[in-house]
Amino acid sequence: MLVISSDTVDEIVAHARRDHPDEACGIVAGPVGSDRPERFIPMVNAARSPTFYEFDSLDLLRLYREMDDRDEEPVVVYHSHTSTQAYPSRTDVAYASEPGAHYVLVSTREPDTVEFRSYRIVDAVVTEEEVRVVPALQTDDT
Amino acid sequence: MAIEVRIPTILRTYTGGEKAVAGDGGTLADVLVDLDSRHPGLRDRIVDEKGLRRFVNVYVNDEDVRFMGGLETAVKDGDTVTVLPAVAGG
Repeated sequence: MLVISSDTVDEIVAHARRDHPDEACGIVAGPVGSDRPERFIPMVNAARSPTFYEFDSLDLLRLYREMDDRDEEPVVVYHSHTSTQAYPSRTDVAYASEPGAHYVLVSTREPDTVEFRSYRIVDAVVTEEEVRVVPALQTDDT
Repeated sequence: MAIEVRIPTILRTYTGGEKAVAGDGGTLADVLVDLDSRHPGLRDRIVDEKGLRRFVNVYVNDEDVRFMGGLETAVKDGDTVTVLPAVAGG
């Protein structure tokens, strides 16, 4: 299950709407091992395409170094589909490389409603999971 | 001194969970061969018969080797090689 704050959901959806009809992409980082998506980081889609997304390679290096310095990991990896449903494409599955992450898909194909779904993608197997949107992440549950 | 090679989460099964391993060689290609002698299988996840895999990024210090010499990029003691799978999809 993905537990995520409503503010973060709103930020992801707003990013997807803003970049429509191109795909939007980004991550939500959190402390290593916490499974808490805390820090919203929108990325540039270097492909600038309605059917493909890719983080710019130097942005990717900077992002991973920064997370490393802060003891963070990508808790959520998100991107949008702009004319199809919010389900991982064959390409999404082929390139999924963060087995610990929640892969969030947002569909902006309908102007008035948004699909927001989450998946695990491990060894090319896609498993949808429940999304629980909370007003705010609990401050500490350890 | 040696060359530090930073390994992404998904490839740490080849390094016993280590985030970084030491390598040796004068070019990136040499370093990958050297690493493969201690971490068999790792090299195949980074290169194929045509060269660097399209959706794996490799950096020497702050530069993507695709904009340098690719596998023939020169490396020296004290350099850091970082391997990161592309974050991409459709």
